[in-house]
Amino acid sequence: MTQDEKKQLKIAACKVRLGIIEGVYAAKSGHPGGSLSAADVLTYLYFKHMNVDPQDPRWENRDRFVLSKGHAAPALYSVLANRGFFPVDELKTLRRIGSRLQGHPNMNLTPGVDMSTGSLGQGVSTAAGMALGAKRLGSGVRVYTLLGDGEIEEGQVWEAMMFASHYKLDNLLVFVDNNNLQIDGAVSDVMSPYPIDEKFAAFGLFVQTVDGHDFDAIDAAVKRAEQEKGRPSAIVLKTVKGKGVSFMENQVGWHGKAPNDEQYHAAMEELEKALREEEAE
Amino acid sequence: MADVVKIATRDSYGNAVTALAAEHDDILVLDADLAGATKTAIFKKAYPDRHINCGIAEADLIGVSAGLSTMGFVPFCSSFAMFAAGRAFEQVRNTVGYPHLNVKICATHGGISVGEDGASHQCCEDFALMRTIPGMVVLSPADDVEARAAVKAAYEHKGPVYIRFGRAAVPVIHEEENFSFEIGKAEVLRPGTDVAVAATGLMVAEALKAAETLAAEGISVRVINVCSIKPLDEETILAAARECGKIVTCEEHSIIGGLGEAVCSLVSEKHPVPVRRVGVNDEFGHSGPAAALLEEMGLCASRIAEAVRAAVKL
Repeated sequence: MTQDEKKQLKIAACKVRLGIIEGVYAAKSGHPGGSLSAADVLTYLYFKHMNVDPQDPRWENRDRFVLSKGHAAPALYSVLANRGFFPVDELKTLRRIGSRLQGHPNMNLTPGVDMSTGSLGQGVSTAAGMALGAKRLGSGVRVYTLLGDGEIEEGQVWEAMMFASHYKLDNLLVFVDNNNLQIDGAVSDVMSPYPIDEKFAAFGLFVQTVDGHDFDAIDAAVKRAEQEKGRPSAIVLKTVKGKGVSFMENQVGWHGKAPNDEQYHAAMEELEKALREEEAE
Repeated sequence: MADVVKIATRDSYGNAVTALAAEHDDILVLDADLAGATKTAIFKKAYPDRHINCGIAEADLIGVSAGLSTMGFVPFCSSFAMFAAGRAFEQVRNTVGYPHLNVKICATHGGISVGEDGASHQCCEDFALMRTIPGMVVLSPADDVEARAAVKAAYEHKGPVYIRFGRAAVPVIHEEENFSFEIGKAEVLRPGTDVAVAATGLMVAEALKAAETLAAEGISVRVINVCSIKPLDEETILAAARECGKIVTCEEHSIIGGLGEAVCSLVSEKHPVPVRRVGVNDEFGHSGPAAALLEEMGLCASRIAEAVRAAVKL
């Protein structure tokens, strides 16, 4: 990845974070913390890596993405809007009656959403099904899915990993957004999923662990994963919940609540400043 | 009727999906380690590369099927009703029903006629669970002919379909030559004017037997085969309500949430008439040979006849 490409990704990620805050603030509800922690990997996938066409969201040879941690919908919507799948202004309709932007992703309403998700543990099985389907069709389609670190407490995730490994789905790449927090507290206190990497490895996946906010690291890990033949890959992203909005960072309280007026302005100011700095660099 | 042919509808399923796959290469069959019992082993033998075993993981079975459907395949996923509709209910609801995906959930071993395996495996709640999912078609064929037609209709229907098949061999009551099947249509198998019996699954043959007995007593019974639990054929049921004035429903399912309650809901709103429900009376089953169990739990012609006699006096 060139320096310019990285700069463009950083700029896009700032815009994505601005869109997350806009959406959640307008909705007066939603999940900012886990959306902000996932913003960088989603930006990387949609702006740099995945083969998609915003003008033809249902193009059959597109790469697929399943947001298994469906509550990070504000991040997915913001990425899709900023990538041109629908107007950025529409982010303000999040969770409103009549909006295409449901509280959790709906594949039949929102351009660019490949699977309806929201009930944790289920998206990853559908991603495995898509990957198997792509292989059977002999297409070069790759399938990406993002799980929360709390989400992997769901047993179905491990059913899906057994399946992906058994059917050698090397076109499937599973990300874990390891921000270390779930609704009731630290994942290690609520129900420890650790060691995450060893668990995925034990299920037969090729596993890497990287800084989930470092585009070079994500890029290198994704490229390495896609060289792997005969088995699916997982990348554990070490992330910060609320990343980019300092008062939300590592605060479990920001899992599922919207900022008030004052907090909204503070968050937007901080993100706009970061954007200006990236653009000026 | 000594020469009546009996076939289990799970066999019909295995045969029908195999036959259908010869014409449609988008069909895949998925199992959760029960291919021998769901009879999809027939399919697996014919199309080994189109059969996908998910292992004992029904939640994943449903999710994988949903994912495959988005890639243009038509997955027929199979398990026992208890696990397909029961264990994986929320997966079916959220990952197949909500996105309205083209997945066919083919559940065998529905009802009490599972027999010896006992209550843990006797699913009498599947109609209730599946009916509540918006856009879900729920089918419950009565015999081999109808079961094979239902599989074909499910393939032709774009959207989620749940079909319940049985473990036990049941009489073949339809003639293939004159049979046509349509989702949402019920079938009047026997004309009658005193009481209408709306039955589904293996209870249809029992209803016909009961009607025969009752005819000898001078009671005219209309027998309606309701394979399409959802959508329900409102026209045929309401015509029965108007013309017979009393309805008895019969199902190998809890009297809560199944065909009986679907009929009650319909007639109470559109043409109120007395309804009596023959089914599993809010209790669990237990182990025993299927035929004896059905008799013991009142899922038989004699109990239907009793319900009709009582209805006549209302």
